[in-house]
Amino acid sequence: MNVYADNAATTAVSKTAVEAMVPCFQEIYGNPSSLHSPGQRAAEKLAEAREIFARNLNAEPREITFTSGGSEADNQALRSAAALGARKGKKHIISTKFEHHAILHTLEALEKEGFTVTLLNIPPDGIVTAEAVKAAIRPDTCLVSVMFANNEIGTIQPIPEIGEVCKEAGVLFHTDAVQAAGHLPIDVKAMHIDMLSLSAHKFHGPKGVGVLYARRGIALENVIYGGAQERGKRAGTENIPGICGSAAAFDEACRNMEENAVYLTPLRDKLIAGLTAIPHSILNGDPVRRLPGNVNLCFEGIEGESLLLLLDAKGIAASSGSACTSGSLDPSHVLLALGRPHEVAHGSLRLSFSEYNKPEEIDYILAVLPGIVQYLRDMSPVWDELEKGQRPHLI
Amino acid sequence: MALYSDKVMDHFQHPRNVGKMDDADGIGEVGNAKCGDIMRMYIKVDPETQVITDVKFNTFGCGSAIATSSMATELIKGKPISEALQLSNKAVVEALDGLPAQKIHCSVLAEEAVRAAVKDYYDKNGIPYGDELLACDGHCETCGHDHE
Repeated sequence: MNVYADNAATTAVSKTAVEAMVPCFQEIYGNPSSLHSPGQRAAEKLAEAREIFARNLNAEPREITFTSGGSEADNQALRSAAALGARKGKKHIISTKFEHHAILHTLEALEKEGFTVTLLNIPPDGIVTAEAVKAAIRPDTCLVSVMFANNEIGTIQPIPEIGEVCKEAGVLFHTDAVQAAGHLPIDVKAMHIDMLSLSAHKFHGPKGVGVLYARRGIALENVIYGGAQERGKRAGTENIPGICGSAAAFDEACRNMEENAVYLTPLRDKLIAGLTAIPHSILNGDPVRRLPGNVNLCFEGIEGESLLLLLDAKGIAASSGSACTSGSLDPSHVLLALGRPHEVAHGSLRLSFSEYNKPEEIDYILAVLPGIVQYLRDMSPVWDELEKGQRPHLI
Repeated sequence: MALYSDKVMDHFQHPRNVGKMDDADGIGEVGNAKCGDIMRMYIKVDPETQVITDVKFNTFGCGSAIATSSMATELIKGKPISEALQLSNKAVVEALDGLPAQKIHCSVLAEEAVRAAVKDYYDKNGIPYGDELLACDGHCETCGHDHE
């Protein structure tokens, strides 16, 4: 059986999205900046797509900027807020230790440019509190950026409460909603969100399309300079096929959101119950306040990459936060921020699902995974020492 | 996955000489769990001929850590200790038809695991040896060996 359980990395493009894209290649191929009719047909498509995103976020169309993806939207949001802050002499930014690298690395760049950054610690349940945000706000704070839901452990942050705190303090609030958009209800007005980033390929849209929502009145800084597209704030001929596919996918995801959550949540919980029954395994992040399709565990005594390869050999596509898969010597910064020791974080596994997954796939994972974990433990000198009591069990 | 050669995948999925050895004459362990790789190698040595008659390994680590351990055991099994000590990480990499650049350290660990097992055997039997057998702890900065 083949199981694609890496939907937090990317998703299959939906039929609806493909159908929305296809006419944009050979029929509606004009440049939306052109005055002629073919160009204006493309401009209409672009306007429709913008309207769809705005409607589903409770925003205005003019508050929607299309980008090349979530990373660009994150970069632009932080740089814009930083520039606005700097003009008022406010150069302090608050974020969290488990943000996506698109946020963390942009903040590192801003630090080199003279900004001060406070990264909030992550409580053991993987949920930052509005109180912690409030306590970190200083007179010179210009921005708070807290992700809507974490990309590795799926925990959902108290966005409306954090938004309220920021509003009271008069500080801009950005949320990286890449994992949440299309999966959790988002109302930028009710949640006091000033800026929000999302990425289409996480909800069955195509890759290469992101959205930056910025509340009216927030002046955006260009990340890409050039033509006057996107009200002059993001140069480059618009990716009309991608944008139309993304809008169709977002509309569909928002329409089916509740149904999808009702379908996925019991599957997620069944998988969590079955896998945490493996001795010395632990769920990462709150069991309830997490994305409907996210399961993330650590298995003691084994290493994530070998686990992934063996799962792949059984047809199961998953991901891990081990150092070997992170491309660095350290395991996932998210798991370390959560307080997992290095040796435990190396043995992590993320399984992420969408409504395209079937219940029998969950059963298949439950049938296959415990045997693979045991096989690797039998081979592991670390497990040998743990079992002999020469090394203390950490989980 | 195209990350690894067929040879690496073969040794990863069907590791040779995997397991513990209760009556080992020498046991070497290198690497550390914090960094994500530990290799433990067991050798059985014929005291008359100084030939490694049997070898086993246990590894905690990624696919290439397991594959390099497996390949190293194959390359030294049945060989005299003197020859096993000549095993270089490069030879392990070549025998596996190559490793991705970021995985070369796994082959270094495999080479060091063999040396550590021989050192343990020498220590237990009072056989003198030179500085070249100082065990590897998996940290490149404390290593005096030349690796490819």
